[in-house]
Amino acid sequence: MSVHLEVIKQHLIDPEICIRCNTCEETCPVGAITHDGKNYVVNAELCNLCMACVSPCPTGAIDNWRQIRKDDAYSVDEQYTWEELPKQTTIATSVEQGEAAPKTDEGGGTDGVEGGIEVDTVLGSTLPPWSAARPYVNIYTHKAPITATVVGNYRLTAETSESDVHHIVLDFGQMPFPVLEGQSIAVLPPGATAEGRAHHARQYSIASARDGERRGYNNLSLTVKRVVSDAQGQARGGVCSNYLCDLKKGDTVQVIGPFGSSFLMPNHPNSHLLMICTGTGSAPMRAMTEYRRRRRLKGATGKLMLFFGARTREELPYFGPLMNLPKDFIDVNLAFSRTQGQPKKYVQDLMRERAEEVAGMLRDENTYIYVCGLKGMEEGVLQALADIANQSGQPWEPLWKKLKQLGRLHLETY
Amino acid sequence: MTSIDYSEKIPNNVNLAGDRTLQRALEQWQPNFISWWKDMGPEGSQAFDVYLRTAVSVDPGGWAHFDYVKMPEYRWGIFMSPAQQDRQIQFGEHKGQPAWQEVPGEHRANLRRIIVTQGDTEPASVEQQRHLGLTAPSSYDLRNLFQVNVEEGRHLWAMVYLLQRYFGRDGREEAEALLGRRSGDQDNPRILGAFNERTPDWLAFFMFTYFTDRDGKFQLSALAESGFDPLARTTKFMLTEEAHHMFVGESGVSRVIQRTCAVMNQLKTDDPQKLRAAGVIDLETVQRYLNFHYSVTLDLFGADQSSNAAMFYSAGLKGRFEENKRSDDHQLKDASYKILGVDGGALVEREVPMLNALNEVLRDDFIKDSIGGVSRWNKVIEKAGIPFRLAVPHKAFNRQIGTFAGLKVSPDGRVVGQEEWQRNQSVWLPTAEDRAFVASLMGRVVEPGKFANWIAPPPMGINKQPIEFEYVRFN
Repeated sequence: MSVHLEVIKQHLIDPEICIRCNTCEETCPVGAITHDGKNYVVNAELCNLCMACVSPCPTGAIDNWRQIRKDDAYSVDEQYTWEELPKQTTIATSVEQGEAAPKTDEGGGTDGVEGGIEVDTVLGSTLPPWSAARPYVNIYTHKAPITATVVGNYRLTAETSESDVHHIVLDFGQMPFPVLEGQSIAVLPPGATAEGRAHHARQYSIASARDGERRGYNNLSLTVKRVVSDAQGQARGGVCSNYLCDLKKGDTVQVIGPFGSSFLMPNHPNSHLLMICTGTGSAPMRAMTEYRRRRRLKGATGKLMLFFGARTREELPYFGPLMNLPKDFIDVNLAFSRTQGQPKKYVQDLMRERAEEVAGMLRDENTYIYVCGLKGMEEGVLQALADIANQSGQPWEPLWKKLKQLGRLHLETY
Repeated sequence: MTSIDYSEKIPNNVNLAGDRTLQRALEQWQPNFISWWKDMGPEGSQAFDVYLRTAVSVDPGGWAHFDYVKMPEYRWGIFMSPAQQDRQIQFGEHKGQPAWQEVPGEHRANLRRIIVTQGDTEPASVEQQRHLGLTAPSSYDLRNLFQVNVEEGRHLWAMVYLLQRYFGRDGREEAEALLGRRSGDQDNPRILGAFNERTPDWLAFFMFTYFTDRDGKFQLSALAESGFDPLARTTKFMLTEEAHHMFVGESGVSRVIQRTCAVMNQLKTDDPQKLRAAGVIDLETVQRYLNFHYSVTLDLFGADQSSNAAMFYSAGLKGRFEENKRSDDHQLKDASYKILGVDGGALVEREVPMLNALNEVLRDDFIKDSIGGVSRWNKVIEKAGIPFRLAVPHKAFNRQIGTFAGLKVSPDGRVVGQEEWQRNQSVWLPTAEDRAFVASLMGRVVEPGKFANWIAPPPMGINKQPIEFEYVRFN
């Protein structure tokens, strides 16, 4: 059984605006529109998106679309019961490949921030875990950003590696900037484009715990990869990543945010974290791990399992500190896809090797799953989870649905 | 004589450019139409640039073309829904025979009468609404009014086309007479009663477009089943435009209710006097307007038992609403239908031959459809957490035509005496004071995006434009 990831654009009619005039049903050339005594609805299996019904609609109610996984498309019967349209659960934005771990927020918007990605709320959860702390979002905006001071900027990857990943620490002084692990902020790079427009903000995951990069300080850290080429491999300096990687201690940065209200960690002590990431997608995993490490002293019993992929050991951010963590605290699995003389290995391959342990975690209702990395990893990781679940006698489709519903599966890709 | 560039000036799919007879007839009629529009069309607005929808063809992409237009320059077109190959008559004695492409001699007088009666309502409503532009609650609403008006104008064109193309000289005379009658005129009134009533304020306009234009929808739907194919195809296309009129009505009333509920919650009161003082229309007054427009519209369907209706059906001239979705024999010779009658001062159900009750069948379909929208209005009230609910009155309430004419029936369906009727008339129907109050709220709001205090803004603009779009340029 394979994972069906096909996402469709489903055509829906807004029952609060529709006047039930029958014009659309009359117009539809393929008979996809039908009605009962209450609502006019579109059958997603028949609708071919020809748009013939759109301009004749007198109300505009017809012009509603939702991105949704094909298998989850709203049925005709379900639509008949609606009093109002369901909310769109995902926002896709432009992707600036490889810039770092930028993200966009699904709840409340990110005030025009680009260079991000999506919290995938079609394939993953729209809600945080029940025990997550309540996040603050959008405190500082384009119109009113906050100034942060650089208090540290270190290269994380080996000098020999072509991958230049920096660990940057920003301090907010006396200004409030409350954050949670899994949230992100955006940086406004100075200057303007060749056309004279101000550069848009870039989003980065927070790599530190809620109580500060240095515990008890009002600071946080980011994991930023210097972008030297675009997605097609053409040489091109990333505006914001180069700006950040070149910052010196004492420099100031304009910041907006925080963003993100669903990719958050559970706070009940016996909850387990299954974390799967690649490259700078490790930022939120580092944050959550660090928070758990600090809390561990207070008697938390939950398990942590990490699958972390990079091209080589030298490109893996935080390799040293990660290896120093106690084995009984976190189960670390590293996959390298470009190690000389070794077969390519991806995170999903490692997950399959550890199928028994992963299946055990899937079986535990206190397990929360976090995936963060390049968009391309999502399908492979979900397929691996599906195979592991099915092979261990846990049918994936219902389990997946449950994980999403309970805020236990969080996907963030860029 | 005005010469007409047929392909450009009059968008059509009836081969106007190739039909000399029709061209001559229209050349006569068109200047008179423009002159009627200037005299009786929307008052004081002929020079405005209005963001209007014009049908330029019948395919989905072509019939909703939006642009700024001065109304007298609106391109009133002549359209029929695409022909259905080998279409057959779906009901009556000629069921199964090929649909008529020309008027059958024996039905000529009746068909002409049907078309004239329908056609007469179109200019009538433009006349009824001609003063409303002066008190529009927003430029969005003003634009919607004008859209309704120009489309009623186009519906007149559609009927005139049928008269001129298929009915020779007497058709041309009837077409002229459609421009001669005047809504509310003592000497030369419009044919149907409801179209001689005034539309004095915007609440009345919204109620009119909700209820009375819905009568139009049901009449057009019945005619869209006609065995006379040009009539069927013409009315079928008109239905697409009629939908906009009902949208204006349903959303208009809904926005009035929404605004009132907001103020009720703000002031934490359901006292009509306090609400009126706050400049919104109390829900009781909305209910009275509803009672009036609903009952007046029910009369438009005609007598509950009608041999004319039976004959129109059997002859294949006028069908039922959604004829092809019904599973009976479509001839109805043995079918019966329950109608409400009066016996000894009480309302009783009687079973009568369905053929004779076809007006009542259509009226009942209308009632079902009307109730749907009223329940959507109630959702707005419910959402605001207010216990009030609107309801359509009993169908025997305030009727002037048919069995119930002269009978006094309360909105909840009790036959009442003269005394009780008198006592409650001001609770059940709008009073002069109600109308004066609503009229007192009517003041023109022209700034884009601004709305009068008594009505909420719509949830979205027209044609995906923002709500604050400049829908009317006043020049």
